[in-house]
Order: sequence, then structure tokens, then C-alpha cells
Amino acid sequence: MKFNIQSSSLAAVLLVGSNLAAAAKMPGAEEMWKIIQQQQREIEALKAGQKANTEKVEATAEAVEDTATATQGAHPASGSAWIENTQVGGYGEMHYNNLDSKDEIDFHRFVLFFGHQFSDRLRFFSELEVEHAESGDGQNGEVELEQAYIEYDITQTQRARAGLFLVPVGILNPTHEPATFYGVERNPVESNIIPTTWWVGGGGLSGEIMPGWSYDFSIHEGLDTSASNNYAVRKGRQKTSEANANDLASTLRIKWTGMPGVELAASAQYQQDVTQSSDANAGNAWLYEAHADIERSSFGLRTLYAMWDLDGSGPRSVGADKQEGFYIEPSYKITPEWGVFARYNRWDNQAGDSNFNSEKKQLNAGVNYWPHPDVVLKADVQQQDNEGSNKNDNGFNLGVGYQF
Amino acid sequence: MLKRLVVLLLLASVYTGAPARGTYQEPDTFLAETFLNNTPEPAVIWLTGKRKDTVKQLLGHRYASLRIRYWRRAQRSAWILEETGKDQPITVGLVVNAGRLEKIKVLVFRESRGEEVRHPFFTDQFKDARLDDRGNLDRTIDGISGATLSVRAMKKLARLALYLDAEVRKQDVSSSP
Repeated sequence: MKFNIQSSSLAAVLLVGSNLAAAAKMPGAEEMWKIIQQQQREIEALKAGQKANTEKVEATAEAVEDTATATQGAHPASGSAWIENTQVGGYGEMHYNNLDSKDEIDFHRFVLFFGHQFSDRLRFFSELEVEHAESGDGQNGEVELEQAYIEYDITQTQRARAGLFLVPVGILNPTHEPATFYGVERNPVESNIIPTTWWVGGGGLSGEIMPGWSYDFSIHEGLDTSASNNYAVRKGRQKTSEANANDLASTLRIKWTGMPGVELAASAQYQQDVTQSSDANAGNAWLYEAHADIERSSFGLRTLYAMWDLDGSGPRSVGADKQEGFYIEPSYKITPEWGVFARYNRWDNQAGDSNFNSEKKQLNAGVNYWPHPDVVLKADVQQQDNEGSNKNDNGFNLGVGYQF
Repeated sequence: MLKRLVVLLLLASVYTGAPARGTYQEPDTFLAETFLNNTPEPAVIWLTGKRKDTVKQLLGHRYASLRIRYWRRAQRSAWILEETGKDQPITVGLVVNAGRLEKIKVLVFRESRGEEVRHPFFTDQFKDARLDDRGNLDRTIDGISGATLSVRAMKKLARLALYLDAEVRKQDVSSSP
């Protein structure tokens, strides 16, 4: 214990001694002030360096963004190279039909879009399609040019176009990418009465009349149907392939989209002669069409009515002077990915004479699944109930589609 | 009848009304209107790290810029953002107030279709929208037939502005004493 006390005393003495020595070495107030000033200058230098670095990073970011804009075309309208102003897109759909009439898998449509912006006011748009996966002599499919037109902005609300374009009638004819509609196959009313997909060569005007209201007017090639196919309008599409331009047609559509999720539209078309003056017993024709396309919250409703009125004793003799149809399609989106629908279709290409028993009725119900907004898987059941000798066509359909 | 129709259409074709394509409002004017002619100095949020990934997820692609400028005073932040509808970028002004969308306005529209998204009957649907727990808008935005891609672009930008505003406010919390 004695030894410990002596040791502690000795340590304390040494500590005090070292502190006194350190105190003797500490700078005075003047020297401290110099040190603080020196440190302040260093802090300011560091701040300036940081600011300069920040400016350099900003400048680098701007340079990188400018390079990206120039090379990737982030603002195509301002670019000059043609590739910056050229757009590519497309859609496609494959179907499996298990019906009384067929049991088959078909890559029904493979479509590529090409567009080009010549200037802020002048552009080109095209759609090239391969149907049924192959084409050529004796093959099932064909390669078709479905759109290829030049559009020019006359004013900020009015446009003119010329070339090959889709007839502005109905819901599916202008917009038929598979992810945008229910059902594996396009509805039979628009296919057989309008008849979708219907493209023509000609020119026209379109634009806004007032907020929510728009119009589309065009003068274009007419139909060329005949007595041999009972004056069916679908058989009369000329597809702008060396089309007979003896008798032209004109189409007017008025559309209202003044409320989100609601489209109401009506179209009228006048044909000078649906046989291109080749049939003395046929003549002019009118097409009238009206539809509503509503999608509010989770509920959807599409309904359409279309009617042809063909002049002449020829169409009258086979009841084709009146060809009409309608459908109604309620739908419900369970989630953004899943939707269900039911559709009742009724159409008749010889509705002018009930003796032909030519009316067809079809009920579809099914589901769409969108794993991505641009990709869709579809399934539906079909029940077709036909008059007369027409066979019913029941079964189910599966499909996959995409757009980009 | 056809002659009358043509005359009617020619009359319609000279209607200019509100422009369908072009600049509806300059971004500076939008900001001045938002902040009552006292626009604050712009700040910058960098799209780096996890934020960059989230923005890519919201848009479906990376944003065309490495950082985004914004203007902020108290609980309100204003954003000038761009997103392509079909082919061309649409410039949109957005104001977020305390985590809710106060205003969304198309400033420059360059697309050849879908210009209906500029009308108040469409943009009014976004008023007071906020993000839910999954990063989606807390309400259904009804589309416009024929303007699907422009509608989609507007929804993406609404989500982006709300997300970026939340990120900015998060920075405030982390830097507070």
C-alpha cells in the first residue's frame, strides 16, 4: 500500500509538470487569430472549389443531355437528320379458333407502321400488313398496304391529307390495334357491314370545329361490287389496287369527345355507283353509321349501328338494297389488367327482303388480360344463331396481341 | 346537299379557335402565374441511384435528362416535364401542393393526334390527385378515344411530379436538425 501511494504521488507530479510545459508552448491570442484567419481562407477556398466543381458537373450534364438529344432524337421536331424524324411502330395478333366452321391457329395480322415528319406541318404515315403469315400464289395470306398518306397542317386546328387512308367510319376501322378492343376476332357487324378494314385512295380535310367537336371529310375511290356476290359491300372494296375511279365516293364524320371517356360519332357516305357503272341495274348508295364508345371508370360500353341503302333493281332483287347491323358491348375492368365483356351482334347483308332468311346473330363473351398496356391475351366463347340455310358457328377463340 | 356540305367544311377549315398544336403557354408564364409573378429561384433534383430506377419504372423508360429543375415555395412545387405521346414530346406544367396535384396544364403540344388532352374537361380529373401506397394515382383518369397515348403520357407525368415532390420533401426531413 505504501508503495502505491508513493507511485500515485509521483504520477501526479509528472502530469502537472507536463501540462505546465504544454501551456508554455500554446500560441498566444494573436497567433490563434492568425490560425483562425488561415483556416477561414482555406474554408472559403474549399467552398469556391466545390462551387466550381458543381458548375463543372452541371456543364457536363448539359453536354451529355445535348449529346443525347442530338444522337437519340429526344426532340425529333428540332432535329435535321431523317432518322430523328422517322418513327416505326406496329401491331400483331395470333388467333386460335375452335369453331364449328374451323379449328385452326392463324397469325392473322403482322403490321408495321412507318412515319416521317418532313417539317412541323408536313408528315407521312403508313401501315404495311402481312395477313395470315404468308403471301403469294396459292397461299392463304397477302401483303397489303393499308395506309400511306401525306398530311399537312393548314392551320393549327385544320389538316389536309392525300394518299391511301382508312375510311373514317365506325369504331374499329380507324383504330383496330388488338389491345384496344375486346374479343379475339373483330366484331362481325363492322367487318361485314362497314366493312372493316376498309382503306381507300383519295384526299380530305379533318380538324376541330370547336372544343370537343371534330370532323373528317374526304373524297375517295368508291366500291366495286357486283350481282355475282349479291352486291355485298365487303366484296366491293377495291383496296386502291388499280382501283376503278369511274364513280367516286365521299364520307363525312362528325365526332364528339367533349367528356373524358366518351366518344359519340356519326358518319354518312355517298357512293355514286357501287358497281362502277358496270351494272345497269345498280346505282348510287348511302351508308349511315352512328356509334357510342364509352369508358368511364371501370365500366365500358360500345354500341354501333350501320346501314347501307343501295339504289337499283339489281340490289333490290336479292334484298341487298338494305344491308344493316348493330352490336352492343358492355364491359367491366375488374383491375387495370383484367377486363370482361359480352357482345350481342346482329347483321344482315340482304335485309331488304325477309324471304332470304339471311340475318345472323352472334353472342360473344370473354376476357382480356393485359400484362402490359400494349400486350393482351384474349379468350371468348361464341354462339352464332343464323337464319335459313346458314350454318351456326359456335365454339371458342383464344388470341394474343401486341402493339408498340 | 354536297355543295352545302363543302361550303360548311370550308368555313370550318378557317376556324382557328384555340390552337390544337403548338405552344399554349410559355413555361415562364406558367411559373409566373403559379407564383403570382414572384417565381422562386429554380432548384435541381438529380436522377441518380434508386431515384433513377423509380423514374424509369414510372415512365417505362429513362427520363431524357440527368436532372430536373423545379421551383418551390413553402408546400408548393412547380415542374416543367416532358413525355412523348406517340412520336413527339408533350411539354406539361404541373403544380404539387402538399403532396396533391394542384394543377396540370399542357404547355406545348407537338403530336399530330390526341390534342384533346389540353382541354380542362380532361385535366380537371387530376385535381387533388395524389399517389397511393403502390405509386399509382389515387383515382381513375378516364381516357379520350383516339388520344390514348397522349392520355397515357399525361398520367405518367402526373405520377412523376408527385413522386419527385415527395423526394424533395424527403430531402427536407433528412437535412433538418
